[in-house]
Amino acid sequence: MSFDSPNLATLINGRDILLDSIPMLSLDVLADTMVAAVAAGQRVASMFAVSTEDAQQAAEMYVILADDHQSRLFGARARIEGGEFASLTPRCPQVQLFEREMAEQFGLKPLGHPWFKPVRYRRSWTGRDAWDRPADQAILPGVGDFYSIQGDEVHEVAVGPVHAGVIEPGHFRFQCHGEQVFHLEIALGYQHRGVEEALIGGPTKRSMHYAETLAGDTTIAHGTSYCQVLEALGGCQKSARAQSLRGIALELERLANHVGDLGALANDVGFLPTSSYCGRIRGDFLNMTALLCGSRFGRGMIRPGGVGFDVDDARLTELLHRLDTAEKETASAVNLLWDTPSVMARFEATGPLPRQVAIELGIVGPAARASGLARDARHDLPSGIFHFAHLPVSTFDAGDVFARAYVRWLEIQQSIEFIREQCRAMPSGAAQVAVGELAPNSLAIAINEGWRGEVCHVAITDGNARFARYKVVDPSFHNWSALAYVLRNQQISDFPLCNKSFNLSYCGHDL
Amino acid sequence: MLKIFVARTQQGHRTMKYPDAPPPAMPDRFRGRPAISAQKCPDGCQDCAQACPTGAIALTDKVRIDMGKCLFCADCVNACPERAITYTGDYQLAARKRQSLVIEQGQNEADLWAALDARLKKLFGRSLKLRQVSAGGCNACEADVNVLGTIGWDLGRFGIQMVASPRHADGLLITGPVTQNMELALKKTYDAVAAPKIVIAVGACAIAGGPYIDHAEVRNGAEAIVPVDLYVPGCPPHPLTILDGLLRLIGRIEDGTRQTPQS
Repeated sequence: MSFDSPNLATLINGRDILLDSIPMLSLDVLADTMVAAVAAGQRVASMFAVSTEDAQQAAEMYVILADDHQSRLFGARARIEGGEFASLTPRCPQVQLFEREMAEQFGLKPLGHPWFKPVRYRRSWTGRDAWDRPADQAILPGVGDFYSIQGDEVHEVAVGPVHAGVIEPGHFRFQCHGEQVFHLEIALGYQHRGVEEALIGGPTKRSMHYAETLAGDTTIAHGTSYCQVLEALGGCQKSARAQSLRGIALELERLANHVGDLGALANDVGFLPTSSYCGRIRGDFLNMTALLCGSRFGRGMIRPGGVGFDVDDARLTELLHRLDTAEKETASAVNLLWDTPSVMARFEATGPLPRQVAIELGIVGPAARASGLARDARHDLPSGIFHFAHLPVSTFDAGDVFARAYVRWLEIQQSIEFIREQCRAMPSGAAQVAVGELAPNSLAIAINEGWRGEVCHVAITDGNARFARYKVVDPSFHNWSALAYVLRNQQISDFPLCNKSFNLSYCGHDL
Repeated sequence: MLKIFVARTQQGHRTMKYPDAPPPAMPDRFRGRPAISAQKCPDGCQDCAQACPTGAIALTDKVRIDMGKCLFCADCVNACPERAITYTGDYQLAARKRQSLVIEQGQNEADLWAALDARLKKLFGRSLKLRQVSAGGCNACEADVNVLGTIGWDLGRFGIQMVASPRHADGLLITGPVTQNMELALKKTYDAVAAPKIVIAVGACAIAGGPYIDHAEVRNGAEAIVPVDLYVPGCPPHPLTILDGLLRLIGRIEDGTRQTPQS
C-alpha cells in the first residue's frame, strides 16, 4: 500500500534538502497526515522540535516518516505557537516517547498525552518547563508517578538504577501478582550526558567523537550516520572503497554483538557451553575490527569523507582467514542452542511480541524482524555499499525470545558472507576525501541499519551552515516500549531473558 | 548430549597463560601510550593541542599529554605537520596517581603505579570483590570489563570478581563521567561498601569526563564524588590494559615489571 501526500516532501537517505522545500503545515494537517501515513504502513522514524528565532513564543516540529515497502522517506514540519500542541499519541502510539522528549527539551506541552512523564529527567533547553516545576526544584531521575495496581497479593518490585552485573543504569518497576508480571514500567535518563545539546552549533572537533560514543557498541553505525550527514551537506562523493570498508566494519559490529547476545541468552537460561564459547568468539570479532583500525569498537575507523584506515591485501587476507575460523566456531557454538531441548523450552513462547503490536509501537531491527516484519534499512533504505550489495532480510514469525535469537543467527550467516564478498572484490579508490563546505539552511538525513536496528541522524543547518539542530534516534528509543510490552503476563523470573533478547542501549536512549 | 561433547572438543581450552606467559598479541594499529618527540615541533606550532577534542595536550615549556583525558583518537597525530606525536603499542597505562597519567618527552615510561600498601594487599591481594557502577558514558568500557569475565581472560582465577551488591564488595569499579543523574546512586553505592575499600576508575570518562568533559550534565569523572585508587586510561581501555592495572594493584604482577606482548 502506497501513500502519497502533497503535504510531505520526499527525502532521500544520505542526501540533503533545502529547508524551504519542506512543507510548513498547520499542526492539525500534520497530525492528520501522519495518522493517514501510518495507517497506510509508514512509520515515524524521527520527530523533534527545533528552536525558532522567537524561541520563547514558538518552535517548529519536524517529522520524518519512512515507507519501508516503497523505500521512501518523507518529511514535513509545523509551527507550534504558545508552547502547547495536541498530543498525537492517542491516535498514533509510536510517537509517545518523541512527544515526551519534545516536552522535556523545549518545554512544549503535548495536551492529552496519556502518560506524560519526563524521558531523561533534566531541565529544558529553553527555560520553559512542560510540567510547570519551579526553577529551584531539583529534578531527580526516576522520581514521579508510576503505574501501579492495588489488590490482594499484588506487589511491586523495583530494580536499579545500579544493576547486579556490569550493566548500564536504568530503573525498572514491576507490578506483580505472585510470579506473574502485570505491568513493567521503565524509567531511564541516568546516562544522560547532554550530547544532542552539545552538537548544536557544530560541527566541532568533538562532534565525530560524540557520534562514536552515542552508543559505544554501535560506534560504526552512529559514526557512519554522522559522516553521511556531513557528506550530504558538503556534497561529498566517497570512493567505492571507503563505502565497502564502512560496510565491512558495520557487519563486523553486527557479528560481535549478535554472537555476544546469543551467548548471553544461553547464559540467562543456564546453558553454559554456548555462553562460554560465544563470549569468547565475540572477542574474536571485536579483534577483527581492531585489525582494521586498532580499536575493538571501531573508534577512528569511520571519518568524514571515508574511512580513517585503509587496508592492503595482506590485511584483507588475514581478515578472511580469521573470519573462516570464527564462522566454524560460531556455528559449532550456536547450533547447540537449537539442539538442546532445555534451551528451546525456555526460549519458545517466552516474551512474545505480536506482529500488530510491533507495527503500532514502531519497532525496528531484529526485534521487528522476529515478529515477521520485513524491515531492514540495508534493504529498504539503502545507503553506501548497500546500494550495490543486497542482503536478504532475515525474518521469523513467532515474535518470542527464540525468534529474536534465531533472527540473529540468520543475520550472522548473512553478514559473514557479505564481508567475504567485499574482501574478495575490494574496489580501488581513496580511503578518504575532503567533505567540502556544508550547505546552509538545509536538512540532511542518514539512516543505517545498526545491529539493534535503525539508526537515524538528522541535521538542520542555519544560515551559517552550523548545526541549528542535530537529532539522533538510536533504535533503542523505539524498542524499549516493546520490552515493557512483552513482560505482560510473563513470569518475573523471565525478565533477564526477555531483556537480553532485545539487549537495548541505555546510553543510546539517554544521549 | 553427544553434540555438546563434540562442540567441547572443537572449541578447545582457551584461557590465556598470561601473566605467567607473555600477554596475547595486540593489533598492530593499537594506540597505546603516546610518545612525544618535541624536538620536531616547529616554533609556535599549536596544531596538536588545537586538534585535541578533550584538551588533553598542553603546550607550555614542554609538550605534555594527559592520558587521563586522552581518547587515543589520533586527531593530534594527524594534525601534527612533523609527526612529533606517535602512539606506541604499550598497553600498560594504569596508574595509582592521577598526576602519573600526564606524560612528557623522556618520561614516556610514566611512573608505573605502586601496588596497594601492605595492609590492603593482605586484605585484597588474593580476593578482591568489586561492585561495578556505570555512571554515564557509552557502555564500551563496561563491555570490555565484561570481557575479562569470559573464558579467554578468566578474571576469577586471580580472585577478582564482580559482585551483585555493594555489601559484598571490597570496592567499586566506576565507568562513565558521572552524570548528574547518577551522582546520588554512586554516592549511595560507595557508602554501602564496608571500609576499607578501594575505587578503580576505568576509561577516559571516569577519569576526567571523556568526550563529555565540562558538559553541565556531568561531573568530569569519579574523583569529584569519591577518592580514586587506580586510574585506567583509554576510550575504552583494552581488556589487557584493565587486567594489567588490576593485577599490578593487587601485587599479582610485581612493581616495575614490564611485559612485551607476543608478536
